[in-house]
Amino acid sequence: MKHPGMINKVYNISDEIFNWSEENFKKAAVIIKKYPDSRQQSAVIPLLDLAQRQNSGWLSKTAIEKVAENLSMSYIRVLEVATFYSMFNLEPVGEHFVQICRTTPCWLRGSDKLVEVAKEVSNTKLGETSNDKKFTIVEVECLGACCNAPMVQINDDYYEDLDEDNFKKILTDLKQSKKITKGSQIGRQTSHPQREKNA
Amino acid sequence: MPTITIDNKKVEFENGMTVMQACELAGAEIPRFCYHEKLSIAGNCRMCLVEMEKGPPKPIASCAMPAGDGMVIKTDSEMVKKARKGVMEFLLINHPLDCPICDQGGECDLQDQALHYGFDKSRYEENKRAVKNKHMGPLVSTIMTRCIHCTRCVRFSTEVAGVDDLGLLGRGENAEITTYLEKTIDSELSGNVIDLCPVGALTSKPYAFKSRPWELSKTETHDVLDGIGSSIRVDTKGKQVLRVLPRINEDTNEEWINDKTRFAIDGLSRQRLDKIYIRENNQLNVSDWDNALDKIKNEINKRGKDKTITLSGKFTDAETIIATKLFSAGLGSDLYDCRFDNAQIVHSEDESYKFNSSIKEVENADAILLVGSNPRWEASVLNARIRKAFIDNNCKVGLIGPDLDLNYSYSKISNSLGGLNDILDNKSEFSKDLFNAKNPIIIVGTSAINTSQGSSILKTCAEIAKKLSNFSGSFNPLNVLNQDISRVGSLELGFVNKVFDGDFSKKLKEQIYKNKPVVFLLGLDEIDPKSLEESFVVYCGHHGDINAQHADIILPTPAYTEKSSTFMNIEGRVIQTSRCHNPLGDSKEEWKIFRVLSDLLSCGLDFNNLNDVRRKLVNENKNFLALLEVTNSSKLSFSSKEKIKDENISYNIKNFYMNDSISRSSETMAKCTNEILNKAKAS
Repeated sequence: MKHPGMINKVYNISDEIFNWSEENFKKAAVIIKKYPDSRQQSAVIPLLDLAQRQNSGWLSKTAIEKVAENLSMSYIRVLEVATFYSMFNLEPVGEHFVQICRTTPCWLRGSDKLVEVAKEVSNTKLGETSNDKKFTIVEVECLGACCNAPMVQINDDYYEDLDEDNFKKILTDLKQSKKITKGSQIGRQTSHPQREKNA
Repeated sequence: MPTITIDNKKVEFENGMTVMQACELAGAEIPRFCYHEKLSIAGNCRMCLVEMEKGPPKPIASCAMPAGDGMVIKTDSEMVKKARKGVMEFLLINHPLDCPICDQGGECDLQDQALHYGFDKSRYEENKRAVKNKHMGPLVSTIMTRCIHCTRCVRFSTEVAGVDDLGLLGRGENAEITTYLEKTIDSELSGNVIDLCPVGALTSKPYAFKSRPWELSKTETHDVLDGIGSSIRVDTKGKQVLRVLPRINEDTNEEWINDKTRFAIDGLSRQRLDKIYIRENNQLNVSDWDNALDKIKNEINKRGKDKTITLSGKFTDAETIIATKLFSAGLGSDLYDCRFDNAQIVHSEDESYKFNSSIKEVENADAILLVGSNPRWEASVLNARIRKAFIDNNCKVGLIGPDLDLNYSYSKISNSLGGLNDILDNKSEFSKDLFNAKNPIIIVGTSAINTSQGSSILKTCAEIAKKLSNFSGSFNPLNVLNQDISRVGSLELGFVNKVFDGDFSKKLKEQIYKNKPVVFLLGLDEIDPKSLEESFVVYCGHHGDINAQHADIILPTPAYTEKSSTFMNIEGRVIQTSRCHNPLGDSKEEWKIFRVLSDLLSCGLDFNNLNDVRRKLVNENKNFLALLEVTNSSKLSFSSKEKIKDENISYNIKNFYMNDSISRSSETMAKCTNEILNKAKAS
């Protein structure tokens, strides 16, 4: 399965050196402070997450080294964590990181069709980034929103109760940088039964 | 004591033991891959599963389960057998069937255990995974498809070697062992991961495809390349040493050896002196024993018997020392010495040159003062003990000397020797830690002692040692860390002359200039050949290194793997090496050479075999009587408070990998110098 979060390598594609933004530097200090003295290494996951957010969705070599230096850890220890969790991307990703759930409930409710839609709109293959750098399309295992299957996660938000039409609209809107609504696409309240609402 | 029942057998165990250790007490063998006594417990291979009665309805991992009072364990029930078979089948799913071309073949844990616990056929029909090989430097070769992810290598490098270089990336099927960006492992203990690897994933690069274990003759012996005298096993094929492996010796090297001990052996078959050479018309020509010894006899008679000088080198064994000492006495000369590096000692006080507190005691220390010593290079396995103390006892380390790349944190006291004054006067910050500690020790390196004020430094260190809390009738916290295996034995046998006290090279020059005598160099390459001009130099050694080129006569002698000889390690522990194969070429043991010379010059040596020589040795010094034992001296008779001049120290080992005539001849060590040291310097 091709997935930028499941590779065991660090890349430094540009010569750009990762440095904390001023705001994130303060945030990092707050995160590190949460942990007792000499246990600062516990902050490695939140710090990697912060670095990934700042670095447009992926961790470069210098970002990993920066986190390691902040926490006085060796590079390899941080890289171990970054490669273990598939949520840390080690390759550049598009502006919208589209994770399509393919586990049984979503699959039964038509996630295969969503994959086709995503490929078509973004004009790219699974696990790859579109040429306009707008989308990265990946398949993932269960994201835990099965009752509103099929569902997709785009960046931090869930989009549920999808079908070919509304998913196509979401992606086209994103492509044109329009605003989209997150959550259920058929107006369902959280995970309430659909029938109740109709009645 | 709590008891545990293992296979219907009741055994008592100590609290804190694991089920696996208790099983071993009961004599039940538990297969394992990831568990290793000297490393932390990982519990990830699952090979050690056993059944626990009244426990969970599934087998438990015995390596990670603490043994409890009244537990009932079965190690050969149906459940256990089935579990082991299952684990083995999973391990073999992705393991390639390349044993015929694998260097581990014949000594592979996986191979052996698959035979005992595995299925006879595979049920797996899907594709096996393949993993790219990783670069780990000039010593460790990797075939990562064979890796079973036991993480022993990762735990070793992190915990024992103290370099966070290896890691396990990814997870599940994608897991891979690697170094960060495939950098070289920057540790002088890196070769040990080869022994630790239970499969053929990490193997020895210099030994690749050289031999099969069953073709080698294995000899248990000791290492001589540093002062520790680590217990090793030497594997030979014909007259070639193919590899060196560590043996377990809890008193000295635990289970590890350094990379020089392990890999410098290719130096044993390069640059060797295997013929007798005589200088004629300023050229060294091949000759024979009769001619050479005759010429030496004439020269000694011509230049004066009682002026003859004998100097020992880095690898000179006690048998040679005693033979040459008696030989010199027969000539009427007492001009012999072993302190070629200008070592300062206090005469007739053996605690002034020994590692008095014993190597094993280092791991109990809670404060260590290093004076002009780089233990990482001078005695790598000892350094692993210091690191152990640092981790287990939160040991505080203070350093007097220039900055070092040690694998534990230390507080720097001063760059120069002046810091010693502050420690003694309790003025430095570290002195509080040192004097308040329960088990402090002082390690004085030869870089600090081999200076003009060396004896004052020794005396001041002794004064500090006397003030320490644990200095008592039974314990001596003052340790001198010698770098050569020959040194303590030579000093113990009194192979010194006060004529050379103070400034060795100057005094030697004076002696040679005055008398123009015959000089015997016993494998000594560490002195300036210019100082030997006008003397008649007889070089007895095994490598054509620096001084052999300037010799008038070269007498070939066997290297440490080719003869049985006795040494004293830094603690004064008597070790005896064994002959692993026959000597190369025409070489003869030194004691034989001097025995013949004695007849020619009528010096009256009367030993005729090695046992006779050893009897002389024990007569000379009773400490040579007991093998592998050490008698610690707890007295400190030479202390005094002296004002130390604030001189700079420079460490006397410039290149760990090429530090003696054997390792200087080794190609592998030259590669290490290039790839590890020079790279570290460049970055």
